[in-house]
Amino acid sequence: MLQNPIEHLSVEQKNSKIIVCIKQVPDTQEIKIDPETGTLIREGVPSILNPFDEYALNLAIEIRDRFRNNSEVVALSMGPSQAAEALRKCLAIGADSAILLSDRAFAGADTYATSYTLAKAIKKLGPASLILCGYEALDGNTAQVGPETARLLGLPAICYVERVEALDGGEITCKRESEEGYELLKSPVPALITCMTTSSFEPKLPGVREIMAARRKKLEVWSLEDLGGSKDEYGLRGSLTRVTKTYTPDIKRKGVRFEGKEGVKELISALRGII
Amino acid sequence: MTDAKEIWVFVELTSAGIRQVSLQLLAKARALEINNRVAALVPGGNEDVLKELSKHGAEKIYVVEGLDGYKLDTYTEVIAECIKKYNPHIVLFGATHIGRELAPSVASSLRLGLTADCTDLSMQVDNLIQTRPAFGGNIIADISCKTFPQMATVRPNVFSAKEFDGEAEIIREKVNAPKSIFEVIEEIKAQGEHRSIEDARIVISGGRGLKRKEDFEMLEMLASSLGGAVGCSRPIVEKGWMPKSAQVGQSGKTISPDLYIAIGVSGSVQHQAGIKSAKKIVAINSDPNAPIFDIADYALVGDLYEIVPAMIEELKGEKNDRA
Ligand SMILES: Cc1cc2nc3c(=O)[nH]c(=O)nc-3n(C[C@H](O)[C@H](O)[C@H](O)COP(=O)(O)OP(=O)(O)OC[C@H]3O[C@@H](n4cnc5c(N)ncnc54)[C@H](O)[C@@H]3O)c2cc1C
Ligand SMILES: Nc1ncnc2c1ncn2[C@@H]1O[C@H](COP(=O)(O)O)[C@@H](O)[C@H]1O
Repeated sequence: MLQNPIEHLSVEQKNSKIIVCIKQVPDTQEIKIDPETGTLIREGVPSILNPFDEYALNLAIEIRDRFRNNSEVVALSMGPSQAAEALRKCLAIGADSAILLSDRAFAGADTYATSYTLAKAIKKLGPASLILCGYEALDGNTAQVGPETARLLGLPAICYVERVEALDGGEITCKRESEEGYELLKSPVPALITCMTTSSFEPKLPGVREIMAARRKKLEVWSLEDLGGSKDEYGLRGSLTRVTKTYTPDIKRKGVRFEGKEGVKELISALRGII
Repeated sequence: MTDAKEIWVFVELTSAGIRQVSLQLLAKARALEINNRVAALVPGGNEDVLKELSKHGAEKIYVVEGLDGYKLDTYTEVIAECIKKYNPHIVLFGATHIGRELAPSVASSLRLGLTADCTDLSMQVDNLIQTRPAFGGNIIADISCKTFPQMATVRPNVFSAKEFDGEAEIIREKVNAPKSIFEVIEEIKAQGEHRSIEDARIVISGGRGLKRKEDFEMLEMLASSLGGAVGCSRPIVEKGWMPKSAQVGQSGKTISPDLYIAIGVSGSVQHQAGIKSAKKIVAINSDPNAPIFDIADYALVGDLYEIVPAMIEELKGEKNDRA
């Protein structure tokens, strides 16, 4: 059998935690490219709570309220100090507490180093019945942090989950997407699930009262010292991949324009050779 | 070739046979400029499967015997053990639902670097340069792994499968797979006999510009006159008008057809992420400023309810002319 750097979480059922890993991401819809330099213009781009993570958080809250009354929903994020905003939003939506993992040494992490840091924090948080991640983050789009974190914790991972169908007797049944459609998959808990959004999901905007109440909830910041270990295990140094070059894709196309019904003939003849 | 480096391709099997992306990766692995030997790692597989793999570029086939149907935990253990035993130079997976959960599980078990969703691969001496889009496709990054074997998942349909001569050497790897802790209670296939948009040469997608579910019949007609398949944007799947397997985009399918026709689709970044490698893009939209026009080769500004029927008519006429 393989060795995992972090051993199993204990299978505690009652009064346990449901941990949701959330990331603050730039709104990719709003990203513009500087036409001169070909680089991303980050100024003025709003930061949002990664939509898949927002769904995961709502699922966690629903699980807490429906299946397991004494659980506590903890929102966990690794990021710069501004990421506290996204955690505040989670508290307003209904998380019970929040932890921000923030340290200069955490910067520049790839998916492995991110997973490693999250796994360390999850371990420190103590018995958890469920860990939820988004399917993928809008900035990195790797969908790797969920399954990598699960493996580091020695937990089963259930990916592409749209719905939790059942949670009882130490087992969870999820409806998850597959290449061909869907699958109902049963797994023991504790487990880590990564969430897709469903059609019926409408993010609820927290009201003034919820936002006020969120201010009284606990938001802790943990640094390298809190997690332990050496600098080499985290961030850029703890990463197993490196970015060697970035550039902007050449996506603009010629864009020959035709107008209305009259354009149809011209379009069809332009497409000759393909159709 | 004693010091040839092995490049492994994890082969995904479905009830219908080998998934296309696995064959595409074999062809790409053969083309990488390094003194290499391309090997397929296949969980089980009958003689037909092995022949297919050999014909499509596998020079060596590791047949893992003793594994049941796909389960993340058992596959992770077994693949990780194989990698430890043979120590290949590179291991590639298709960026499918299975590949995108299996590759990170394996990589993290072995403490290996992994790059997701590559759209191109090349060699720089011994290093695999993995090219991938990030920020919803707004930038492209070249990434390399600091650890060996170098691992990547690669998007379907960015490379083409090819045929090669030669017979693959077969290595049978018997394993005592651990029992999975997962249980599949039910498999729900996407409803209907929907034609796969991944393999189609021409894909016609409808978005929220279509007012009713029935209006998709118009797209089906256009598709059948062009020999294409019908796809859609995400809101259409959410309305339940089309199966999830037809969704194009970041949280749907990435496709590279010869021709993509977007009809009543605004062209959000998430939608665009799925069609960046389409050879030609046609967009039909009544809004002259729709973002989809930024990435279109041919833009047709107008009402789809006039244009689509006119296209069907025009194509009928063409067919008659040719006959
Ligand atoms: C995390 C996340 C992941 C996502 N993943 C995906 C994804 O994978 N795929 C995806 O598609 N979306 C995805 N989305 C949603 C995406 O942001 C857009 O909301 C969606 O693509 C819009 O779909 P649409 O273009 O069909 O609809 P709209 O944006 O409403 O566009 C409809 C278009 O139809 C045009 N139109 C209207 N009437 C007519 C007419 N009579 N004739 C011609 N044109 C007409 C309008 O001008 C408009 O441009 C995702 C969103 C998030 C947050
Ligand atoms: N820095 C982070 N802090 C907390 N959670 C994260 C972080 N990065 C990724 N995640 C989680 O992992 C998921 C997948 O991210 P990614 O692998 O980057 O696409 C996200 O939806 C989050 O749930």
